Amino acid sequence: MSIVFYVIAGLSVAGALAAVLLKNTVHCALALTLAFAGLALLFLELDAQFAGFAQILVYIGAVAILVVFAILLTRGSETPHETVYSRNPLVGLVTAAAIFAVLGWAVLHSSQALPGPAGTPTAEPQVTVMDIGNALMGRYVLPLEIVALLLTAALIGAVIVAMHEKEAAR
Amino acid sequence: MIEKADQVFVLLSHWLVSFLPSALQPAAAVLLSVVAIIVTFPALFAISVLLERKGLGRMQNRYGPNRVGPFGIFQPVADGVKALIKEDIVPFRADAVVHFLAPVFLVVVVFMGYAVLPMGRNMTLVNMDAGLLFFFAIGASTELSVFMAGWSSRNKYSLLGAMRAVAQMISYEVPLLMSSVAVVMITGSLSLGKIVDAQNRYTYGLPHWYVFTPWGFAGFVLFAIAAMAETNRSPFDLPEGESELVAGYFTEYSGFKFALFFLGEYVGMMGISGLAATLFLGGWSAPFSWLGWVPSWFWFFAKVMLAMCIFIWVRGTLPRLRQDQLMNFAWKFVLPLTFLNLMVAGLWRFMGEGWLRWLVCSAILLLAYTLMGRNGMRSDHIGPRSYRYAD
Repeated sequence: MSIVFYVIAGLSVAGALAAVLLKNTVHCALALTLAFAGLALLFLELDAQFAGFAQILVYIGAVAILVVFAILLTRGSETPHETVYSRNPLVGLVTAAAIFAVLGWAVLHSSQALPGPAGTPTAEPQVTVMDIGNALMGRYVLPLEIVALLLTAALIGAVIVAMHEKEAAR
Repeated sequence: MIEKADQVFVLLSHWLVSFLPSALQPAAAVLLSVVAIIVTFPALFAISVLLERKGLGRMQNRYGPNRVGPFGIFQPVADGVKALIKEDIVPFRADAVVHFLAPVFLVVVVFMGYAVLPMGRNMTLVNMDAGLLFFFAIGASTELSVFMAGWSSRNKYSLLGAMRAVAQMISYEVPLLMSSVAVVMITGSLSLGKIVDAQNRYTYGLPHWYVFTPWGFAGFVLFAIAAMAETNRSPFDLPEGESELVAGYFTEYSGFKFALFFLGEYVGMMGISGLAATLFLGGWSAPFSWLGWVPSWFWFFAKVMLAMCIFIWVRGTLPRLRQDQLMNFAWKFVLPLTFLNLMVAGLWRFMGEGWLRWLVCSAILLLAYTLMGRNGMRSDHIGPRSYRYAD
């Protein structure tokens, strides 16, 4: 647990906290972008180059822009007059604790989930982009095709929703 | 001797770093290279600003600036001094933090892109395996800075300009990436150093640059179009349309922040020219094998400045595209041609060596370009021109 990890983790946590605690919605979106950047730096620190750069390209370059566009084109950019805290925090607290427990259990027991002889500590594999490409085209080609189909359906769905709105506006 | 001239910057860096204790040497070497980049590219920015103003002036049948020095060569100095001493006005209701951060973010992001460009033999700052992906990931972050600038100014014109700019940059991001994926496919690696090495071969003295193959030429043209749109450069400069939106997303910026935006735009142009030179024009390799004695960094910077001259030339020549024309062009013409180019590059790889693959690939690309150009871009409700005279 080096100093670099603590700095990056602090950055990500600060960004995520700011994203839920700030009042101005665009500030929240920018703080969320900071949290994404912190995650990308974590990937890069673990030498997962492709995951890190894909995180920057997809999350910061596309998802953050989408969030920002959604805020711009709706009335969400006005500062809310009432408070942003919810009225029954207990439900939120229980849900967040449950999700954290599940994720924590998954992370701590992840060494048993990897393929390999059970119980022996596996050496960290050096995964390059070529390995990811080979795996996507070889072992995982069916999930790749299903995800492509899903993305195409989402794209066509978005176009149809936009088209219907244009016809309704006429 | 030729070897020394070629590696002069590397040798200089090693000599300077050797004065320090060996524990500090790696960090000092990196710091020295970073300082070199931060010094070189703004100097080239000054030269290209002068080139643009004089060049555009001559293309528009007027002199450019010619008062400040002989032929106006000290104009960039005058511009820099003016930008530094101007008052920095921030609108009262603007979001001060985001307003301040937007130009900073832009300049940081465009300078980070230079870390992976191979500027000469052994002259890459960071030799990453996924270098191309790093450049595109960093380039995608410039859109966020544009949005931050436009939104934080609390100005309807800025917001409109920012939205147009972000929509344009997202639309042309996909053709930019896909036209370089063809290069990655043929080379087999995302590392920019390996891409340059694959092009550094000569047959009968002619280079193996990718721009001299059918798919490479189409890819280069599509990459150039997408690069012009990504850097908001004419004919795609509606977001900063000087006749419509005052200055688009940087309307409310004055003084040094405006100079930072300007710097960021031109340095971004040079970065993407450097990437185009690396991917398609052979990076630091010489055009003919008998010119190999000229240092490799000279060829890289010559190609970058040539690309800047082409940017300026196109700006002076073509009229500006309207927003819907621009979007139609991106999604209906450039993007399908990019996908077709990808398939043609695959076909090129799997047909054997010989003249047949040249013929087939060129024929497919020319046919697609002609058909799509004629049919896809035709607008049905434009009839013969009608005139209405004032009486």
